[in-house]
Amino acid sequence: MVELPTPLKWMLRVIAVGYVGLLVAWPLGMLTKRTFADGLTTLTDALTDSDVVNALQLTARVAVVAVIINLVFGVTISLLLVRYEFPGKRALSALVDLPLAVSPVVVGLALLLVYNGRTGWFGPTLESGGFTVMFATPALVMATCFVALPLVIREVVPTLEEIGDDQEQAARSLGANGPQTFWRITLPSIKWAVVYGVVLSLARSVGEFGAVKVVSGNLSGQTQTATLAVEAKYQGFDQPTAYAIAFLLVLVSIACLVVVAFLRPSSAKK
Amino acid sequence: MTQAPSRLETADDLTTEPVPPTGRRLRRVRQTPRSTLTRGAGLSLGIAMIWFSLLVLLPLAAIVAKAAEGGWSNYLHVIQDDQTWAAVTLTVSQAALVTVLNVVVGTVIAWVLVRDHFPGKALLDVIIDVPFALPTIVAGLVLLSLYGPKSPVGVHWAFTPNAVFLAFAFVTLPFVVRTVQPVLEELDADVEEAAASLGAARLTILRRILLPSLVPAIAAGAALSFARAISEYGALVLLSGNKPYETEVVSVRVLSFIENGSTASAAAVASLMLFVALVVIVGLDLVQRGVAGRG
Repeated sequence: MVELPTPLKWMLRVIAVGYVGLLVAWPLGMLTKRTFADGLTTLTDALTDSDVVNALQLTARVAVVAVIINLVFGVTISLLLVRYEFPGKRALSALVDLPLAVSPVVVGLALLLVYNGRTGWFGPTLESGGFTVMFATPALVMATCFVALPLVIREVVPTLEEIGDDQEQAARSLGANGPQTFWRITLPSIKWAVVYGVVLSLARSVGEFGAVKVVSGNLSGQTQTATLAVEAKYQGFDQPTAYAIAFLLVLVSIACLVVVAFLRPSSAKK
Repeated sequence: MTQAPSRLETADDLTTEPVPPTGRRLRRVRQTPRSTLTRGAGLSLGIAMIWFSLLVLLPLAAIVAKAAEGGWSNYLHVIQDDQTWAAVTLTVSQAALVTVLNVVVGTVIAWVLVRDHFPGKALLDVIIDVPFALPTIVAGLVLLSLYGPKSPVGVHWAFTPNAVFLAFAFVTLPFVVRTVQPVLEELDADVEEAAASLGAARLTILRRILLPSLVPAIAAGAALSFARAISEYGALVLLSGNKPYETEVVSVRVLSFIENGSTASAAAVASLMLFVALVVIVGLDLVQRGVAGRG
């Protein structure tokens, strides 16, 4: 490879490190500093606030359910897209990426138009059946599923394409049925891609804000997720609590990144 | 998140494979889209499509339907609203500026990550992904702590149009880096060395050899970061103050329409945003196919 002259090399290095430092690293450090400005009291105070605890529990519940739904859906769609031919496949393959580019607020509005209890397409019917979607947990789960939908698929599809289906065909010719082939051959070989997709989905699900804000009704203690609590606390002049919740969310996302960074070499370096 | 390679079947699928009698994975040239679904696969496809329709397709269709209900007058009415127009121009101009910045700085960062070696590079590599994983509302709060009212560096950008730029730059940081990086890794350094040994200047190598192979990746990254920027909401809530005519972006405008109960106006603006999202997704699909076709 062609070596750059040393001054230029240093200039590029300084631009890269400086930009990332000023934009991401330093502000993250400031947040941590503010959280621990009074030692551990901010964090412990926040964790004894029942609103905060409820919000964290709700976020955990919603994120886990959404991740499980997206996992099952994502692996199914990936297998169908890679291993089968059917009309409309190409359109489906492009459409599953759509949630990546749609604004969270638009996602919220879309769900609101279909599932709200008064004028929605399905809302009134569901509500008369005793099933409230909007401004309740099902809406939170749906909004979260929507925004994190493509993440598993985008990880699993390339891996499935790469491993090919020789082993699956061998298993089949030796008499394995569909589920056996899936559990013993396909799943073990896409394991890391699936884990990677799940971790990314988890980070995205925990952090969703805009879509959840539109569909939640933001009832403190009932439909207020952790991210909504950050906003409510900050604007309610309870900034230390906002910093504390934000710090916990940062920890979750950094943990996800670290897991991903460890998995990356084993799965991506082919 | 790296770019998923194209889902296009590779050429050897068409040539090497005797068609298995079960009919699995029958790959035809695309002019006859035939179904190779087994009964079980067909059932799963059906269930998956029902869920996908209930979750994504029908709700998005509802936006278009709602927007179309009012006809053109609805759109005209919304666009002629000065406040909405101000939000649209602010969002698009800041998103365009950020995209240009990302194209330059993102490519530089990708270059440094691939070709340079220094202590702490692995850390830099991880930090790049932080904006992907960080909840957007937290991103706003984080930026506020350095560039807000109590800024330790004396930069008071909160509640000004600069805040919009800052928030966009934060959330779109990884896109160009993560699309260019893998392409740069794959590039064969031999070609550059050959060019250099034949007397090409560094600038020539950059212009004639590096850039042409990087352009599709840079374009894909730029499209993603533009789409992400114009749809951003969470990072701005605390940071920009959402002042009408000054720091209000399109997403905030849509939200205030929703909160005021004027769903038709919200749907009109949302359908425009949806259209941009669709254009970006289709464009990416084409770029990826183009890249795959060449390789």
